[in-house]
Amino acid sequence: MLTFILRRIAATVPVLLIVAVLVFLVLRLAPGDPAAILAGDAASTEQIARIRTGLGLDRPILAQFGIWIGNVLQGDLGESFYYKTKVATLIGQRLEPTLALSTLTILIAVAVAVPLGVLAAWRFGGWFDRALMGLSVLGFSVPVFVLAYILIYVVSLRLGLLPVQGYQRIGDGFWTFLRHLVLPSVTLSVIYIALIARVTRASVLEALGEDYIRTARAKGLPEIRVLVHHALANAAVPIVTVIGIGIALLIGGVVVTESVYAIPGLGRLTVDAVLARDFPTIQGVILFFSFAYVLINFLIDLSYVFLDPRIRY
Amino acid sequence: MILGNWSVRIGGGALAALVLIALAAPWLGTVDPTLFDAASRDLRPGEAGEITDLDGETMKHVFLMGSDSFGRDVYSRVIYGTRVSLLVGILCALLALSIGIVCGLASGYLRWLDGLLMRFMDGLMAIPAILVAIALVAMWRGSLATVVVAIAIPEIPRVTRLVRSLVLTIREEPYVEAAIALGTPTRKIMFGHILPNCIAPLVVQATYICAFSILVEAILSFLGVGLPPDIPTWGNVMAEGRAQFNDYPHNIFFPGVFLAATVLAVNILGDGLRDTLDPKMAKRV
Repeated sequence: MLTFILRRIAATVPVLLIVAVLVFLVLRLAPGDPAAILAGDAASTEQIARIRTGLGLDRPILAQFGIWIGNVLQGDLGESFYYKTKVATLIGQRLEPTLALSTLTILIAVAVAVPLGVLAAWRFGGWFDRALMGLSVLGFSVPVFVLAYILIYVVSLRLGLLPVQGYQRIGDGFWTFLRHLVLPSVTLSVIYIALIARVTRASVLEALGEDYIRTARAKGLPEIRVLVHHALANAAVPIVTVIGIGIALLIGGVVVTESVYAIPGLGRLTVDAVLARDFPTIQGVILFFSFAYVLINFLIDLSYVFLDPRIRY
Repeated sequence: MILGNWSVRIGGGALAALVLIALAAPWLGTVDPTLFDAASRDLRPGEAGEITDLDGETMKHVFLMGSDSFGRDVYSRVIYGTRVSLLVGILCALLALSIGIVCGLASGYLRWLDGLLMRFMDGLMAIPAILVAIALVAMWRGSLATVVVAIAIPEIPRVTRLVRSLVLTIREEPYVEAAIALGTPTRKIMFGHILPNCIAPLVVQATYICAFSILVEAILSFLGVGLPPDIPTWGNVMAEGRAQFNDYPHNIFFPGVFLAATVLAVNILGDGLRDTLDPKMAKRV
């Protein structure tokens, strides 16, 4: 197990390094003087000069990367000229809404998609199966912001059930926190539901064709027990894998959803930073999201040991 | 055989209709999508109003899908937006495919390049696609060329991986061994023997890239970081309508329906092509 973890870490480090190089290059490949871009439009000549020497911009590009990655590893992502704070602090401030939104989205998606997928596999080829597969293509195709506005229109404006937009911190009371979060999470979960339901259906379908299912049925187990304890349990690894891969979709969706629902999270920060051409923040947020994505998938790889006792590292 | 599949028929038919709409945009009762008239602001769908053309002449016009807060005709902007979306989708698919094919062939066939190239692709894939596109557009500022390149780049690793895995299987086939034994040059083996056998899965992949690119372009425009706001794209029409959504939801709904229908058509076509061209893949998904 320990060797596996070490090997897996050894495989992850190059990926993270390349992500860092790519993010580093974003600024260097932008047209114009990086120091002037980092300092912002309102900066004075002295400020620009200070940034230039601080980042070693007068030295070779490899040395520049060395200085930059050294700072990043110490948690220093640079300073945002737009927000006038450290980027790391900024990310810390905006983390809670994004974390809350993503967590609730994944919970909703799994709770809805897994039963639907199992049911579709159980009734393979029937009307429910075909309807679900058709709807999942629709789920992939409706853009998240269009869906957001449809839901706002029906649920908030017409029916008046939930707030239109905004965010309440969890510290301000759990109930209002949840009321503001339900609509964005439901919006964001649709594409995730489509993805997870498809994979659940496919892998449960494969498990249902195995001999142990026939054995389980032959010894007279109730169908629900066959489905959950035998079929679904054996289909768990692909389902968990796709939840991990789907995090990339989720992050993309967060950027859009937070903008529509005016949630002050990391996704909104990304868009605001791009509109202000605030490069330190853009770099910081992309690094943060990508590292989170890689880290989550690393943890999911480790989780296979618990999901499938046959897997021993 | 391909046309016997219902998904191909429905998706392809809907897509053909959209291509026709894009081509015939000037003759579908539209006006120049950049025209505006202060007297015709915020009209509801179906209301009649006036619009002033570039020569300063005012004419009567029925706003089928209403007008936006500048007094532009939403119907004309949506119809002309079909052009931008389809163009972006097709160009992105072609660009990602051609670069991905070269990288995939190189990686699958030239062993010394494989490790380095694939680690690079892994790194690129670790950054969520929309973030890559947003960062690149922020760097270059939005124009049709930069938006297409920015959307296509995060798709390249997926194509590369697909081509590479196909190459690794195909290169073990007897006909490739025979070609090697006959002393056929590497370049000819790659493009003449291996590539033709990758076409079916690549066509399927191209449709998915096309669908995703149309979505991402709309998202970029909607967020205000894509094509300049005066260009009629569905994302831009929706971005313009955001502020007044409570009172005039038509600015969001009409382009939204077109966008969803287009992406749906391309996805359905892709599923149909997958089922007919690539039965092995159909079983897996």
